[in-house]
Amino acid sequence: MTAPARPAAAQPLATSTFVVEGMRCAACIARLEHGLAALPGVAAARVNFTNRRVRVDHLDEIGEDRLIDAIDGLGFTAHAFAGETADGGRSESRRLVLAMAVAGFAMMNVMLLSVSIWSGANGATRQLFHWLSALIALPTVAYSGRVFFASAWSALRRGRTNMDVPISIGVLLTLAMSLYETVLGGAHAYFDGVVMLLFFLLGGRFLDSVMRDRARGGVDALLRRLPAEATVVGRDGAHQRRAIAELAPGMRLLVAAGERIAADGIVEDGESAVDRSLVTGESAPETVVSGAEVLAGTVNLSAPLVVKVTRAGEATAIADIARLMESAGQSKSRYMRIADRASRLYAPAVHTLAALTLAGWLIAGAGWHVALTNAVAVLIITCPCALGLAVPVAQVVASGALLRAGVLVKDGSALERLAKADRVLLDKTGTITLGRPVVTGGLPDAPDERAILHALARASRHPSAMAVAAALAGEPGAPVGDIVEEAGLGVRGTAGGVEARLGRPGWAGPASDNASIVLRIGDAAPRAIRVADQPREDAAAAIARLGAEGLTPEILSGDAPAVVKALAARLGIPGRARLTPQDKYAIVRAAEESGRRVLMVGDGINDGPALKAAWVSMAPASASDVGQMAADLVFVGTRLMPVPVAVAAARRTMRVVAQNFALAIGYNVLAVPLAVAGFVTPLIAALAMSGSSLVVVANAMRLRSAAR
Amino acid sequence: MNSVGILIPIALFLGLSGLGAFFWAVRSGQYDDMDGAALRILNDEDPED
Repeated sequence: MTAPARPAAAQPLATSTFVVEGMRCAACIARLEHGLAALPGVAAARVNFTNRRVRVDHLDEIGEDRLIDAIDGLGFTAHAFAGETADGGRSESRRLVLAMAVAGFAMMNVMLLSVSIWSGANGATRQLFHWLSALIALPTVAYSGRVFFASAWSALRRGRTNMDVPISIGVLLTLAMSLYETVLGGAHAYFDGVVMLLFFLLGGRFLDSVMRDRARGGVDALLRRLPAEATVVGRDGAHQRRAIAELAPGMRLLVAAGERIAADGIVEDGESAVDRSLVTGESAPETVVSGAEVLAGTVNLSAPLVVKVTRAGEATAIADIARLMESAGQSKSRYMRIADRASRLYAPAVHTLAALTLAGWLIAGAGWHVALTNAVAVLIITCPCALGLAVPVAQVVASGALLRAGVLVKDGSALERLAKADRVLLDKTGTITLGRPVVTGGLPDAPDERAILHALARASRHPSAMAVAAALAGEPGAPVGDIVEEAGLGVRGTAGGVEARLGRPGWAGPASDNASIVLRIGDAAPRAIRVADQPREDAAAAIARLGAEGLTPEILSGDAPAVVKALAARLGIPGRARLTPQDKYAIVRAAEESGRRVLMVGDGINDGPALKAAWVSMAPASASDVGQMAADLVFVGTRLMPVPVAVAAARRTMRVVAQNFALAIGYNVLAVPLAVAGFVTPLIAALAMSGSSLVVVANAMRLRSAAR
Repeated sequence: MNSVGILIPIALFLGLSGLGAFFWAVRSGQYDDMDGAALRILNDEDPED
């Protein structure tokens, strides 16, 4: 590796994470890591194949856009991933996996000793083995049990109860009971039961933490899209950099080409194209002239503009969307997960049952010792092992299957909610369509013309030009000199002594039909190249399948009515056009209030509030940061089929969860009478506990092929 | 009884060392990318970074 390209250690490094599509093999990992590391300014790149992500440590001045281009150049498609801010979620999982390892170790060793007791060891040997078991179990409970004790304690302090309260009471009582027996030299100690209980519960807890949603600071990310500073033009014409907090209506901003506009305003001077995709989600740049309105967060593409600020800071349209998303998110957080609902019923039932057992034996004339032993046996046998595993195992297996099919499940309750959706609202641009223009026809056939076209198209960052360049990728480009891009018009250059132009009809040449761009070489007849945003290849099939699953589809778009109508007719579903972010949000809310459960599929920031407000939401990986963060599930690739596939998988998952609940409850129905009657020995408790847990896990494994 | 007195400490020691190895492996991030680890073995390059 070349030394000069390495950034010095003293320079501050930024870290970016990207979701990468098309990574399939060992060679892909090597190509990606080496290709990125070879870029000047990149310190290190590390692929996480499991999550299909790559983490790049790079100098600040290298933008994410350049890294995405570099990854594209290596043959992959990348999207900036903004979901995971800190490693907070991972350290939680790590803590749980360590606690589980300790419990597992203790379980195996105590079991080793217990087997000899069950097979008839008695006297001094049994006594020794009981003491050894206690020696192992005590530190294990102290270490691995903290997870439950801490949560139970914080619930109790607030006067509430949760699943961890019966677990903690059960574990501590059983431990105390077994110690007492050991000290007295009794026959039955439940140390194996205690550590096994912890092991299975931690297993469920660990899987659950894997599913737990990652940092969801979606609104912050939205406001981060605003630049930190803007150039203010003073009365005397002097330029001054000011922080955006200091901007006020009436100020005049100079916005350079390629810069993001810092406040809402009206163009006073200049003519340019503005990429409004952040706010409206529409990909085609809009031409703005003096007097046109521009919004904060949009990008000035081609020429400098002077903008008079009308609204700044909290008053901008983008801040408005951020507030809407915040309030929409609050309603969603009220959803109660199925496991929590089950535990709310479960905890009081278990406590009552144990208390009744104690009272029953006392009334029947048994001593305190016998009564307490049986009550503890009830607590152990009703241990919610299988119940605690029932939901997370199924969800982890199903989301693993979905990940292999290109769908990332971001939230633990997403599958539960997705399974119940009965209506689907889809954004048009970027969701049903690819969100970027594609050449649909009109390319020249002659190799020399194609070569000139390629050279011109490559020179511009305009989406239409990029579409042409993509269509000609792999073909040679002709030597074209003096390439100049004219703002809002197109690109021109000299090829073989004649002028070649590629750009707007009227500038490059008259258009014969509704062409998007025109190519003219010298005096030859101008050639119209049709460029349009195309629906994803399987859009019709995917929407038909959604319909077959019982979800009524509809298009919600911010685009022009004619375009929406054409697409809606083609897909055979209704569509609404010219919707603002607030309109979409209102439509979602109205549907929810009429009792429907809406699956919102969208990508842009304009879909953000609707994605947040919907019962459940999905976004393509090409979506804006905010779209990705507001959504519960993210799908990669150029197909729309992952949406119905995810719905089908979610429904299968919930069927398996229901079966698991039935299995866990059925086991309790069989085992609890034995415990109440006092027939349970440590051996029976151990067998029943591990047996029911294994059955639940095995049942969940059937979901491995769920994503089809 | 004598053999048990030797074997049980040995068993516990072996188990504990396995547990210690697992702690070390988790802490050093070796379980963060399970699928990737399975594939990286196929890349024959010097593990410089």
